[in-house]
Amino acid sequence: MAHDIKAASQTVTSRPSYLRSLGAIVWKDLAAELRSRELLSSMLVFAMLVILIFNFALELNANERANVSAGVLWVTFAFAGTLGLNRSMAVEKDRGCLDGLLLAPVDRSAIYFGKMIANLAFMLMVEAIVLPIYSILYNVNLFQPVLLAIILLGSVGYVAVGTLLASMAVQARTRDVLLPILLFPVVLPILISAVKASGKILAAEAMNDIWPFINLLISYDMIFIAVAMIVFDFVVEE
Amino acid sequence: MSSRELVIDIANQMIRVKKLVKRFGLKTILRGLDFEAEQGEFIGLLGPNGAGKTTFLRILSSLARPTMGAVNIAGFELPGQAAAVRQRLGVLSHQPVLYGDLTAEENLLFFGRLYGVVELDERITAVLDMVGLAPRRRDLLRTFSRGMQQRLAIGRAIIHDPDILLLDEPYTGLDQDASVMLDDVLRQVTSQGRTVVMTSHDLSRVAELAKRFDVLSRGKIIASATRAEIPQDGLLAFYRQAVNSPAEAAHGA
Repeated sequence: MAHDIKAASQTVTSRPSYLRSLGAIVWKDLAAELRSRELLSSMLVFAMLVILIFNFALELNANERANVSAGVLWVTFAFAGTLGLNRSMAVEKDRGCLDGLLLAPVDRSAIYFGKMIANLAFMLMVEAIVLPIYSILYNVNLFQPVLLAIILLGSVGYVAVGTLLASMAVQARTRDVLLPILLFPVVLPILISAVKASGKILAAEAMNDIWPFINLLISYDMIFIAVAMIVFDFVVEE
Repeated sequence: MSSRELVIDIANQMIRVKKLVKRFGLKTILRGLDFEAEQGEFIGLLGPNGAGKTTFLRILSSLARPTMGAVNIAGFELPGQAAAVRQRLGVLSHQPVLYGDLTAEENLLFFGRLYGVVELDERITAVLDMVGLAPRRRDLLRTFSRGMQQRLAIGRAIIHDPDILLLDEPYTGLDQDASVMLDDVLRQVTSQGRTVVMTSHDLSRVAELAKRFDVLSRGKIIASATRAEIPQDGLLAFYRQAVNSPAEAAHGA
C-alpha cells in the first residue's frame, strides 16, 4: 500500500536518469567554482609557483630542457591537481553536502563520475593556462598534438584515482595530508608512463617508442575508472 | 478530502524496524531496536547524548548500513532497495547541506534535478514561498543568516515532496526568532500528512510539534507515549522518569 503513496502525491517525481544526475553534479560544481574561483585560483597560483621555482632552481641549457621538462610539467600538474581534488571534496564535506548527494536516489557511480568530470575540467583549465606560460619560460614547444593527447590521458587517470581517494580522505581530520600520501603511490604508474611518453615526444623520438607508454596510459585509465566505479559506493558509505 | 488525506487512509506503516543492531568495530550503538511509525505520525525521538539517535536516523536514511535487523521504509527494505527509499525521504539535520556559492534557487534546482522533480521551476517557486525566501531566491546562500539557511534546508528536504521527513536536531545553532520561524515552517510542512521523526534536545519544541514521544537510551527504545497519555507540560517528567528508571540506572552504574 505504501508503494501507492507517490501516485497520490502532489509533486510528481520520476527516477532521474543516470546522465541527468551526472550532468546536475557537473553543472553544480562548475557553477559554484565559476562564481567563487577558489579552487581554480589556488591550483593556478600553485602551478605557477612550481614552474617558476623549477625555472630558477635548474639553470638548464637547451639540451637539458627537453629531458627535464616532462618531469617538471607532470610534477606541477600532480601537485596542483592534489590541491584541487582536496578542495573539491572539502566543499562537499564542510556543509554536510556529501550526505546530500548520497541521500539522492541516484546511482552512486553517477556521483563519482560527476565529481570526476568536474575535477577533470578544472585540471584541464589549469593545464590550458600553464602550458603556454611553461612553453615561454622554458623555451619548449609543448603544443604538439600527441603531447596534448598524453596530457589528457594522464589527467584522466590522475583524476579518476584522485576523486576516489579524495572522497575517502575527506572523512579524516588529516585530509590535507592524507590525500597525497594515499594518492601518489597509487598514481605512480600513470605519472611514470606520462613522464616517459612526454619526454620521448619532447626529445623527438619515433612514435614506435612512444606507443607502449600511450597504451599503458589507456590501460591504466580504464582499470582505475572501472575500479573506482565499483568501489566508490563502499568508500563513501559508513 | 485532499489527496494527502486520502493517502493517510490507504497507507499503513511507513517505517518498520525490527531488532536493529549497529556496531562500529567493537562498540555497539544500537542493541535490537524496534520502532514503528504510521503514515502521518509525528514522532519526537528523545534521548541523552550518545544514545544512538543520529545513528538510527542515518540508518533510516540509508546513509549507514545496519549490522543486523530489518528496516522497512514505505514498503521497501534497506539496504537492498535504498534508491527507492531515498526517493521517499527528506532529511534535515543541523547542517544545511547546501552550497554557499549557489543561490537559493540554484540549490533547489540542483537537488530537484537529482530527485527527478518534474515541473521543477514551479515547484521551486512554491517551496521558496512556503519557507518565506521567495524575495531572496537569487541571492547566494553564503549571504544568508543561519536561520535563513535552515529554512532553505527545509525547502531542500521537501523539494521532491517526500512521504517521510527525518529531522535530526534541526534547531541546533538557531536563535529564538529563527527557531520560531522554523517552527512555523515545520508545522506547515508536517500538516500535509507526512510521517516525521524528529530528534531534539529542546523538549518544549518537541512537545509542541510531536504527537508521539519515544525515548531512546543505550541503543533501545525504553519508553513510548502519545501526547494524550502525557499530562500537559509533563514531557520533561516523562523523559526524566524514562532515563532515570531503575533499569537504566543499573546500566549506568
